[in-house]
Amino acid sequence: MTPEELVFAETHEWAHIAEQDGEKIATIGISANAVEALTDLVYMDLPAAGTAVTAGNSFGEVESVKATSELYSPINGEIVEVNTALPDNLEILNSDPYGEGWIIKIKVSGETPENLMDYVAYQKQCDEAH
Amino acid sequence: MATSQRMPANSGMRGLHGSFDNDHRRHIYEVSVDSDKQLLKTPLHQWHIEHQGRMVEFAGWSMPVQYTSIIEEHQQTRNSIGMFDVSHMGRLYFSGTNVAEFLDTLTTRRIAGVECGKIRYSLMTNDSGGILDDVLVYHLSDLAGEPFHMMVVNASNRAKIVNWLNERKIGIDIQIEDRTESSAMIAVQGPLANDAVKNLSDVDPDSLAYYTGTTTRICGKEAILSRTGYTGEDGCEIMASGDDAQLIWDEVFTRAAAAGGGAAGLAARDTLRLEAGMPLYGHELSESTNPAQTDLKFAIQMKGREFVGRSAIAEARKNSDLWIRSGLELEGRRAAREECQVFHGEQAVGVVTSGSYTPTLQKSISMAYIHPDHRELGTTLSVDIRGKLHNATVVQVPFYQRPV
Repeated sequence: MTPEELVFAETHEWAHIAEQDGEKIATIGISANAVEALTDLVYMDLPAAGTAVTAGNSFGEVESVKATSELYSPINGEIVEVNTALPDNLEILNSDPYGEGWIIKIKVSGETPENLMDYVAYQKQCDEAH
Repeated sequence: MATSQRMPANSGMRGLHGSFDNDHRRHIYEVSVDSDKQLLKTPLHQWHIEHQGRMVEFAGWSMPVQYTSIIEEHQQTRNSIGMFDVSHMGRLYFSGTNVAEFLDTLTTRRIAGVECGKIRYSLMTNDSGGILDDVLVYHLSDLAGEPFHMMVVNASNRAKIVNWLNERKIGIDIQIEDRTESSAMIAVQGPLANDAVKNLSDVDPDSLAYYTGTTTRICGKEAILSRTGYTGEDGCEIMASGDDAQLIWDEVFTRAAAAGGGAAGLAARDTLRLEAGMPLYGHELSESTNPAQTDLKFAIQMKGREFVGRSAIAEARKNSDLWIRSGLELEGRRAAREECQVFHGEQAVGVVTSGSYTPTLQKSISMAYIHPDHRELGTTLSVDIRGKLHNATVVQVPFYQRPV
């Protein structure tokens, strides 16, 4: 996927929403900007499939040598799939953050929150943080 | 648990010691400096910016937390050379009468009678034995051969220590000059560090014994050179005028880079000192910690001495319930961070003060204050990391010792 196809949360997670068997499924990951800022990733703690998630709330954490960071869900719903290969291969987040580096898939419930940004708006937020 | 006398990181303490180290739990990406804030800048600030240093606030200073990767900077220091701008550390110069005797009344370690050329690591305590700071006291002579004392203090404690010293010296003929903002301090650390400095300095750092120093000329400029550091590696530290800092840094950097070394930021300094088992003020040390708990016996000299806090230390030594600084190794890669609780079964027996998955050991290690009944080497404990218990084993501090 290219970042232009995604929506972004202020907290640097991305979501890709698609119809699948009549369900709305959101694939969630973290942005290349976030991966670059974190550097030296060593650990990722992920929830199990079946866990309910709420937009804006933590669903896991990613840890670098320096610090632990929360992963926030951009979407309401239930986790239907977890990228279990990721925690042992965190370098995938560097090489392919918007593809192989996906973290969880969520069966979306309700509307997509309105505060998600397109890639241009998200890039603007990142640029302004510098 | 009723016996948790040590509350090292209670909320009242947070925020006093800069934002980088005390806030491990943060949003992704919150690493850029708030540009509206007036931060102090070291004489090497522009160099850091030009070399992709990620500048963060630390104790009121704009400091490079990393340039490339923490792991790379850490390993570079262990394998060749890491260069650290530590100009934010406070540098206080003393003059007057009986300076050593005056300092000796305020330090847990003997300063009076220490011969010229020597550097002493010591704690400073308040009347109730709380640790105000951990410091290095230098007894050196200047280029003219005149002896003097100076002290390096933590950036976060500089104002506090200057006030503390000023209050204590009332009526005494001693002057304190804080040269922190007009000078620079550069740590050159690693197995090849002294080689990089040798040809630039009138004194070969290898000729200095560990924890000694001298005033000399480096790149022709007056500087203090000492065989000291905070990484667990051999190496030296250079203090020079702010006007000369860039010249010295550039010359050493050229040699360091040629030897496979480079600049390293505060984050690598933190993982290096953690592996080396060195305490960091604001984490292992605070005003709610008594020196008797720190397992820094070499830095506490009680016999035949009187100093502020001494009776409180003697009292604390009799208390067999006080938690003591210890080392933990966790299974897996998850790091226990400051404030994680340590359990023996259901009983809370300690608290983590620093922790990380560290680059050289490739293990999750922590320093923690642990009840004396549960800190024997090899003891299995558990650490609560965000509600999940993880197995931990009590291990020797330092976690890492350089090969001899």
